[in-house]
Amino acid sequence: MIRFRLDGRSGVPPYLQLVQQVRQALLLGYLRHGDQLPTVKEVVGGLTINPNTVVKAYRQLENEGIVAAKPGQGTFVTAEVEAVAPADYARLRRSLERWVRDARGAGLDEETVTALITTVWNDVRAEGVA
Amino acid sequence: MTAEQTASAPALEAERLGMRFGRSWALRDCSVSLPAGSVIALVGPNGAGKTTLMHLACGLLRPSEGRVRIFGEEADSGSAEALARVGFVAQEHPLYRRMTVAELLRMGQALNPRFDRKLAEMRLDGLGIPLDRRAGALSGGQQAQVSLALALAKRPMLLVLDEPLANLDPVARRDFTRTLMSAVAEDNVTVLLSSHVIADLEAVCDRLVLLNNGTVRLDGAIEDVLAAHRMISGPREAAADMPGVVRAVHSERHSDLLVRTGVEAELHPIWQEHHVGLEELILAYLEQPAVTR
Repeated sequence: MIRFRLDGRSGVPPYLQLVQQVRQALLLGYLRHGDQLPTVKEVVGGLTINPNTVVKAYRQLENEGIVAAKPGQGTFVTAEVEAVAPADYARLRRSLERWVRDARGAGLDEETVTALITTVWNDVRAEGVA
Repeated sequence: MTAEQTASAPALEAERLGMRFGRSWALRDCSVSLPAGSVIALVGPNGAGKTTLMHLACGLLRPSEGRVRIFGEEADSGSAEALARVGFVAQEHPLYRRMTVAELLRMGQALNPRFDRKLAEMRLDGLGIPLDRRAGALSGGQQAQVSLALALAKRPMLLVLDEPLANLDPVARRDFTRTLMSAVAEDNVTVLLSSHVIADLEAVCDRLVLLNNGTVRLDGAIEDVLAAHRMISGPREAAADMPGVVRAVHSERHSDLLVRTGVEAELHPIWQEHHVGLEELILAYLEQPAVTR
């Protein structure tokens, strides 16, 4: 069963952190169709978090069609996710490694690299929307 | 009042609520509406009126002005029904130190009509707190847990806690908060708690009421409040025209501003935006109480 974490310094609202962790676990294959999410009470006991936050996160996941609540039983993963194919993953990683070496060679530090990736990511995403 | 009305009414509704002690107002013109089912953080410096508001909510004080309703009924009506609806854990969780935990529970049962002693015993047992121990011999964290168990055993609809985390070490603080959050999950109780430990509040509370000098400075769902504020930095000459500044820090050519923009606002690209944390936001309001433009 998925174990949630909370990062108090991330600036991401707690409910969104839970949502993101479920999405990520699905993409990485840690969560699969039919798996049960912990009950609200279990999450509250484990994380010392407001139950309303957990309810809100689960509701959002339901709205996104990722999970469904079965009354009296719990919340289950309903989404079928195509995880990134291992070959694609390896290929992307290799090309990124080349790029990062190049960036280091040119004197970019980690912060600049992260900022650059975010900027490029947003630009490319904006292209897709426009 | 029917059960249905009670269920749909706000947990706490203050209308131009004021409390005067002698010549000075501890609380004035306080109007807030706190929805049932939420966990509300009440923050503010010492003397802001937090304890006064809590005592008014519990019916321990009679307002000098305005009114406060708990689930639709006046808090100071004095009826047994009204008293039973609110649980209160006072500052430093006072207990009769010479009484054992079991005696405290028996007393709670004798004094409160809906008291669930079994539930309290179960909870304390789960925490490893011996029922035959005198309250004075328990650790600070255990005493806090006993106070909480007593308040929850009343089966209140609204639980009011005055600085429950003060004087607790980090582990006791986490354990206390965990018990409290489990109670919210299981009993659906609405919680109003005051705290100085702002860092612990974000995962625990969903609403914020910020008091300063006896008035409400900020009130809303924490997420909405955070979304409506930005931390921005930019050239100093542009700072003068910025509306909604909560706090400004100027250097020679450059200003950092915390602004209340509203959720949708688009800012001029000259401003660089940063995320505002809850602690940063609260501190900004507390540091500069008088700035409103």
